Amino acid sequence: MMPVIISSPHAHDNSSVNRVMLHVCFALTPCTVYGIYLFGFPALNLFLVTCISAILWESICLKLLGTPQSRLRDNSALLTGWLLALTLPPWAPWWIGVGGSFIAIVIGKQLYGGLGQNVFNPAMLARVALLISFPVQMTTWPGSGSGFSSIDFAQGLSITLGQEAIPDGLTGATSLGMLKTELIAGTSAEQIIENNFSLKDAFFGNTSGSLGETSSLLILAGGLWLLLMRIISWHIPIALLGLTALLSTFFHWLDPARYADTGFHLVSGGMMLGAFFIATDIVTSPSSKRGQLLFGAGCGAVDFSIRTWGGFPEGMGFAVLFMNALTPLIDTYLRPRVYGRNFRGQSLKATSSKNAERGKP
Amino acid sequence: MLFSPFRGGVHPDGFKELTSQKPILQAPIPEQLFIPLRQHAGNDALPIVSAGEKVLKGQLLARGGSGLSAPVHAPTSGHIREIKPVTAAHPSGMECNAIILIADGDDSPIERAPFMEDPFGMPPEVLSKKIADAGIVGMGGASFPAAVKIVAASKHRIETILINGGECEPYLTADDLLMRERAEKIVLGARLIRYTASARKISIAIEDNKKEAISAMQEACKSFDYISVVVVPSRYPMGSAKQMIQAVTGQEVPAGGRSSDVGVLMHNVATAYAIAECLTEHRPLISRIVTISGGAVACPQNVEALIGTPVGELIQCCGGTTEEPSRLLLGGPMMGQIISTDHVPLIKGVAGVLALKSKEIPSPSASPCIRCGRCVSACPMGLVPLEMANHSRQQDFEGAIDYGLSDCILCGSCAYVCPSHIPLVHYFQYAKDKISEQKSSQRHMDYVRGLSESKRIRLEKEASEKAAAKAAKASKRREKKTPLKVVED
Repeated sequence: MMPVIISSPHAHDNSSVNRVMLHVCFALTPCTVYGIYLFGFPALNLFLVTCISAILWESICLKLLGTPQSRLRDNSALLTGWLLALTLPPWAPWWIGVGGSFIAIVIGKQLYGGLGQNVFNPAMLARVALLISFPVQMTTWPGSGSGFSSIDFAQGLSITLGQEAIPDGLTGATSLGMLKTELIAGTSAEQIIENNFSLKDAFFGNTSGSLGETSSLLILAGGLWLLLMRIISWHIPIALLGLTALLSTFFHWLDPARYADTGFHLVSGGMMLGAFFIATDIVTSPSSKRGQLLFGAGCGAVDFSIRTWGGFPEGMGFAVLFMNALTPLIDTYLRPRVYGRNFRGQSLKATSSKNAERGKP
Repeated sequence: MLFSPFRGGVHPDGFKELTSQKPILQAPIPEQLFIPLRQHAGNDALPIVSAGEKVLKGQLLARGGSGLSAPVHAPTSGHIREIKPVTAAHPSGMECNAIILIADGDDSPIERAPFMEDPFGMPPEVLSKKIADAGIVGMGGASFPAAVKIVAASKHRIETILINGGECEPYLTADDLLMRERAEKIVLGARLIRYTASARKISIAIEDNKKEAISAMQEACKSFDYISVVVVPSRYPMGSAKQMIQAVTGQEVPAGGRSSDVGVLMHNVATAYAIAECLTEHRPLISRIVTISGGAVACPQNVEALIGTPVGELIQCCGGTTEEPSRLLLGGPMMGQIISTDHVPLIKGVAGVLALKSKEIPSPSASPCIRCGRCVSACPMGLVPLEMANHSRQQDFEGAIDYGLSDCILCGSCAYVCPSHIPLVHYFQYAKDKISEQKSSQRHMDYVRGLSESKRIRLEKEASEKAAAKAAKASKRREKKTPLKVVED
């Protein structure tokens, strides 16, 4: 036997980066499948284009960096592409997917130093960059009745290739977009929601929106799976959803004509996907539990502010990026309490007096 | 689990069933014993025997050295072949001084004092002296001289003697078997420790996966109202002093402090057993129970073996190996250390010898940290292992200390759960070694600087005294104007 110096422990729980990533992909499968079912061939095309191009960009970067291609097997690029695809308008043209995955993988991840080194969530960075650069393509939504039955493969292909505009009859609006435009037009929030929004449809996912964010139920199921497998902890989702619920309840109580109610906020837009899959991104969120609570609450507050008072109907992407920027700061100041020390790092006091009178045996 | 005995921790697979259902086997006396002079925290013991000398079982071979140290005794009768360096129980395969004893097979003991009927009638100081003289050290792994610990603790008010039957390391069942087979003597040892340290009560803490040991110990201590068996959840690192104290008493040992700061004196069950043997039968620590296990061992089981037996012979008496082991370990897989050869002798602090197959050991390929924070959640000390490793790797030891390096107990929970397979403990060990190296070279430099400084002062003083004396003499000469009898120095 060769004398080798290998440090303890000589046991491992068999976890691996690959397995973590695949668990997340598995958890995303239900809402992805549903999204593709809901939005048909163009959505399927966009999903495939985004995932495959993400892997290709990663492969090119690895080659340029001289890193072995076996790193691809950690599946982190697949997950980034997958998450990005789920946050895109389902009928977006192919170059949105390819360009988005370029921004995510090359700029958002590899330029920062690769896996684990990026400050910002790559998928969100890409989504926000696309939203600002291509507002038309990024805010054109097919209606919920635009699945495989209404569009055949050839039509779907030409939509993906950008040769055909979405037929007028098939476009829709997201509930958040509707709320923003109608509020500006002077309608009261209560009325808008009553006329255009069904809590049940939004919860089950029969609504317009990004490819994978429509069904709160299926995202919740995936999120619970991640919690169960201990890939994520409850701190970020609960803080995020909790603060959103708190803020929306308060403001709705303050002025129901101006502010939408709690249920509307919780199941609309990217709320659920953001809470369970985006904000919980392990690389870009704080590592301590206290930090995660603050991070989640921060995401909730920023998102609510943008939705309510900002120029965009939805702000989850911005909120996550904003809090990502604060993560190093949070990690520096909100650390776990060390055993035997108080929160300020000072040693606890001894409770047994020295040289005390001896007890009787 | 709602009730959490301590923060973090992990649940490694136990593999305890490999050995837990077989009785303790008496290992045969080997032909040669290699008895290291340092089997404890502190300095080498000083040999008092020389090559060729005949020794009897239990005879003192080397007395405790200066500072922290512990004596070693002859595990059996025979003669001393030589005293020379042998491969130590260290991953690098470095050497340590050892006494090599050729056994004569008679196992004839040195004359002992008669059985001590009532050690509780002796003054505590006498008992702690006897424990020190018997070479008893902490047998759970730390190998801190037991008597030193007891004497230091008895300067505090000790509320609880905590007997550690946690044995949270996978594979190891030596303490489990000891509790099941020799519960009464452990209880006697615990009572003697309590008496010696003037403590109030005794808590015997056992992980809930050792049902038989729990009932055996409960049975053994039922007639003493000040002893209780505390069943603690099975979670690694339960057997670590700080975590066990928190699990049993709810208190945390202050950072940089000792268990006695919270009124606790903790000893391993095997140490308590050795203390009972020493104080009643005057038996020094010359043997121990050790788990021989791992997938490569033909018939894994616990053996009671003489200190100094090469571990290869211990594996032989468990049927040898079924295949070439991929890794040989002393101790458990979580904190045990790799050894490069099976010639390494058994020492007092080793509770297990593991010969692992390749599929039992984790893959060595590390990938980049994904900042998942699993290490932060797993750390029982509340540290930030990923940052500690980052800073250690960049030689920024102050940064590593800032994130908790000095509070790290090297339990390996972080590395156990790391999905990137980063050898975190390796970084921490490295950083700790570097820091202590820097500290000791700083001390050395300060010492040398102090010496040269005092030399300079001395020389200056001498020079000024000389000059003053010269001046005085010159003025005297001028006064007397007698050039006779002037002695120049």
